[in-house]
Amino acid sequence: SIIKEMAASSAVTADYVLKPPPYSLDALEPFMSRQTLEFHWGKHHRAYVDNLKKQVLGSDLEGKTLDHIILNTYNNGDLLPAFNNAAQAWNHEFFWESMKPGGGGKPSGELLALLERDFTSYEKFYDEFNAAAATQFGAGWAWLAYADNKLKVMKTPNAVNPLVLGSFPLLTIDVWEHAYYLDFQNRRPDYIKTFMNNLVSWEAVSSRLHAAKAASSSSA
Amino acid sequence: MAIRSLASRRTLAGLKETSSRLLGLRSIQTFTLPDLPYDYSALEPAISGEIMQIHHQKHHQAYVTNYNNALEQLDQAVNKGDASTVVKLQSAIKFNGGGHVNHSIFWKNLAPVKEGGGEPPKGALGGAIDTHFGSLEGLVKKMSAEGAALQGSGWVWLGLDKELKTLVVDTTANQDPLVTKGGSLVPLVGIDVWEHAYYLQYKNVRPEYLKNVWKVINWKYASEVYEKECK
Repeated sequence: SIIKEMAASSAVTADYVLKPPPYSLDALEPFMSRQTLEFHWGKHHRAYVDNLKKQVLGSDLEGKTLDHIILNTYNNGDLLPAFNNAAQAWNHEFFWESMKPGGGGKPSGELLALLERDFTSYEKFYDEFNAAAATQFGAGWAWLAYADNKLKVMKTPNAVNPLVLGSFPLLTIDVWEHAYYLDFQNRRPDYIKTFMNNLVSWEAVSSRLHAAKAASSSSA
Repeated sequence: MAIRSLASRRTLAGLKETSSRLLGLRSIQTFTLPDLPYDYSALEPAISGEIMQIHHQKHHQAYVTNYNNALEQLDQAVNKGDASTVVKLQSAIKFNGGGHVNHSIFWKNLAPVKEGGGEPPKGALGGAIDTHFGSLEGLVKKMSAEGAALQGSGWVWLGLDKELKTLVVDTTANQDPLVTKGGSLVPLVGIDVWEHAYYLQYKNVRPEYLKNVWKVINWKYASEVYEKECK
């Protein structure tokens, strides 16, 4: 199915491995502190991976890929036990790779053209993405995603991600409080702006977009 | 829970009140942040003063502000007969109204040690806990386990089912009040397990927060509520 192809062609391949971010834990300072990375990657993300391993041991999910587990435990929203750990392991690796030192600002080229096509302007996309991230109540994620040849902004609760909703993820921001509390406390809007202005890796988004388009056309 | 009109709106409220009465419409009551019955640092070392201040002045205040905004919008939509806006506002009312309701209970569920925080419940509630959970330790273990296992944000509750006359332990997601789990449920003790409730002090180790919060739980208040509801 196209969803399985999308999942398979996405850059995240963490099959129960805690992959380090593609930069050192202090490389995103002062926008995201080393302390945050130490806890967020070193404790939270690590726990999702470790707990997933324990959870699937001896079950029929053992040995299956991460994306297989995610797609098969979502169960139309009536989540099966392994979903949370599997999806959060996937989401967090995707999140680290959505950022880079010296990132943020406006993209260029094809990506900018598509954002302007589907949102009217980069500024309108920026506002819509910020609003989604700010208004996801409780824990969750905001996304730029691709489906039906269009870019769109999505927000999801807890561990849910666009893969299980039939869309190809391109960019994400974690809005669980643990993602920003040490650096921003309650000030989620400041965290979101900092992410957009200083951290987003548009290179990662572009390469994911290419993969998404390739997956879509090969399934057409 | 302090419920009074926002001071800056007193004059406007007066005019609104008159015209509302002429048109046969209600005016709405808005809410304010309740004061804490203890200093921010009074629950240390179980909960840090830094957390208490941000939790009260920023998080709870935001729920109050946003709840008032939602109520204003609701009032207008109701008066205009705009049914779809009324329905659309329900989630903002549940989030923010629930946040205000839950946190107002929470501040009363906590007390400094020197004011009885952590002292086990006696009387009727103590007896009921032993009956339903074997012992206070049994209840604490159950609530701590359910609180630790809650995915995302939410609350773990000890409640009284008024109809069945039993104690229940349950969790709610986000800011859903306990009553969303059952119309006859009365909250006795709620423990906030949103990360903002503990992160600055306990970081990712929610079980450690849950172990320590019991040292400042105000069982006297829970007993009062229980005895009142059991009449």
